[in-house]
Amino acid sequence: MNYFPDEVLEHVFDFVASHRDRNAVSLVCRLWHRVERLSRQRVFVGNCYALSPEILIARFPGLKSLTLKGKPHFADFNLVPHDWGGYVQPWIEALSNSRIGLEELRLKRMVVSDESLELLSRSLANFKSLVLVSCEGFTTVGLAAIAANCRFLRELDLQENEIDDHSGHWLSCFPDSCTSLISLNFACLKGEINLAALERLVARSPNLRSLRLNRAVPLETLQNILMRAPQLVDLGTGSYIHDPDSETYNKLKHTILKCKSIRNLSGFLEVAPRCLPAIYPICLNLTSLNLSYAAGIHGSELVKLIRRCAKLQRLWILDCIGDKGLEVVASTCKELQELRVFPSDVLGVGHAAVTENGLVAISAGCPKLHSLLYFCQQMTNAALIVVAKNCPNFIRFRLCILEPTKPDPVTMQPLDDGFGAIVQSCKHLRRLSLSGLLTDRVFLYIGMYAEQLEMLSVAFAGDSDKGMLYVLNGCKKLRKLEIRDCPYGDKALLTDVGKYETMRSLWMSSCEVTLGGCKTLAKEMPRLNVEIINEHDQMEIGSEEQRVEKMYLYRTLVGPRKDAPEFVWTL
Amino acid sequence: MPPDTTSESPGSDVTSTVFKDTELTLGLPGEARFSGGKTCSKRGFIERSMDLNLGDSSSSSSQTRGKILAGQDFSSESLVSGAGKPSAAKRQEVVGWPPVRSLRKRALEGCKYVKVAVDGAPYLRKVDLEIYNSYQELLRALEQMFMTCFAIRGNYVGEGGRKVMYPMKEMEYVPTYEDKDGDWMLVGDVPWKMFLESCKRIRLMKSSEAVGTLAPRTHPRSCTYEVAADQQLKAR
Repeated sequence: MNYFPDEVLEHVFDFVASHRDRNAVSLVCRLWHRVERLSRQRVFVGNCYALSPEILIARFPGLKSLTLKGKPHFADFNLVPHDWGGYVQPWIEALSNSRIGLEELRLKRMVVSDESLELLSRSLANFKSLVLVSCEGFTTVGLAAIAANCRFLRELDLQENEIDDHSGHWLSCFPDSCTSLISLNFACLKGEINLAALERLVARSPNLRSLRLNRAVPLETLQNILMRAPQLVDLGTGSYIHDPDSETYNKLKHTILKCKSIRNLSGFLEVAPRCLPAIYPICLNLTSLNLSYAAGIHGSELVKLIRRCAKLQRLWILDCIGDKGLEVVASTCKELQELRVFPSDVLGVGHAAVTENGLVAISAGCPKLHSLLYFCQQMTNAALIVVAKNCPNFIRFRLCILEPTKPDPVTMQPLDDGFGAIVQSCKHLRRLSLSGLLTDRVFLYIGMYAEQLEMLSVAFAGDSDKGMLYVLNGCKKLRKLEIRDCPYGDKALLTDVGKYETMRSLWMSSCEVTLGGCKTLAKEMPRLNVEIINEHDQMEIGSEEQRVEKMYLYRTLVGPRKDAPEFVWTL
Repeated sequence: MPPDTTSESPGSDVTSTVFKDTELTLGLPGEARFSGGKTCSKRGFIERSMDLNLGDSSSSSSQTRGKILAGQDFSSESLVSGAGKPSAAKRQEVVGWPPVRSLRKRALEGCKYVKVAVDGAPYLRKVDLEIYNSYQELLRALEQMFMTCFAIRGNYVGEGGRKVMYPMKEMEYVPTYEDKDGDWMLVGDVPWKMFLESCKRIRLMKSSEAVGTLAPRTHPRSCTYEVAADQQLKAR
């Protein structure tokens, strides 16, 4: 190991790309640790409270790309109060005070303020790429700062963020000298957009490959944009409504024929189905299609579209496609790897949108399927057993039966056997979400068979502490466990406290853990932050027996966080 | 095949009692797999989280836009443990369930505008179906929208069997709609809320086109047709 000069080691490490591998490399010996950290450019921080910006900056002086995740996953579903935390400001402050020439920042479930964006834009001269997923706290004012000040901006990707729209003029803030854009996604913006500025921006961005528009961009503008950017690879339409007999629509049909590079298609936030034929010519080349916001496309139009997309690898769709529509997917999309079926009727009373039949059809027709998110009306053990047999390659299997604790409607049994078959058959399973009626048995199976499992989401399941213990004991690679409304209490929590240091985090809400149990855990494991979220002043200090409504614990190098709001107690 | 627990090695974590609990057995549908006690405690969780919402929704059920069925729903099989939950509870909003991001939920909620086409009219109109509570209201609104030109004939007449008829233009229209599957259906067959769910667009079809496919077009005051319609109304 000592014969090679550092440069050679560094060169070898260049070929080690994944975060995990690089982390492993850094543990071999001091020399490797030093060479690795000095040459590391991309860092992934799964929990922003696991370490501090200072630690990060000290260790990786060559940092160019940083990914940060903030709130726990269940924050996406309103289970985490608004001001819980996850602020990016301290990170940007620290980075701006350092010599780090950060070029890329990717944030997920973090609170991003306009000041943060402004500071970022002014202090990081070489900044090139901003990706915000499921973030909140900023407005179009912050976007204007990014547009105006980041001279070499290549990527501005806003995915499913809550953004306050003050005006559409942020787009005009891109200076005329900005010609470096490769990717621009503002689909989640709710307000109006300066259309002329958008068209000019596209016209002066010859490298633009990915463009996702919001609802405010009409079809005429889409037509103009595609004329100027036929090289697009990824397109998200805005409002796709027009009179199919109009000249604009006719022009669009011809323009699209020139867009031979489009491989990803999304949007259709508003849609006139009679205008869909314009996109038929590009369907055959599509590898990714996201119609999960296209509530206006149904039934036969949807099926007609899908029939043309033989090369699809990724499909995100609403459940109004129905089981019959999924059968069409199964017979058409033989290359399908990832399928997400979202509920179109999120408030209930829907009638059978998709059922187990659709999933069985997909599993039979799409052998390459490895990632699934499936919201359905019902599921049977028999179907899951067939799916497990047809698709042993699942990496992600997330099943959400819309009605909590619903059993197999044919046998009235819990779905333990079905999920058991999935974990037994899919040896590479890394992520699993359960639903339906489930007893402790399913967790026994998971503990026994899900050897590669890293993330497990559980809701309304299990009978006793045993369930959680099977999982904690059996799943050696478990990193994230999130549980809601299950009967797990202090015994489950405290039996193997060391386990939590091998994991990123544990979330338990509406379970049976008590304040006393959490306190005991916090005392035994000082390197964990055990946070109690106390929303309604339920807890009296000292009432050890009291059930804790929400608990979130995570390993950390830096002890209790200083930005916790009043209702969060770190024990 | 489900995993076979009988082949467990003795050295595993599974104790014999646990083993017994989890032994796979063939059972008839509906046979409980676990003791009532355990189940009761589990139900407690659901009840706890659902109860938080029961009060709200039952009081606002009339305003809730057709999203919550007051009575039985299709999947009202009781839980294995025995007494099922009241059906209304099943459809209540449990906080954070289904696990869908708010942004996505909001994008799909909201108004339900559908196009209305009337045979012979120079342009289409759009109506927000969600502002109406019944077929009568809808048809009355459509009637007003197109009143200068047309008379709309429907199964659902105004109060006291008042017919909508404009003698000047003796054209009658049959309200039809395109459902989720793309089929053209006669308005009025299904409960209002189901109609709301499945209606994608509306077409007021000229009676002459509808001849032969619907009930005979007799004199407007034909009793059988209207009585049938009234009975349908009353049965609801």
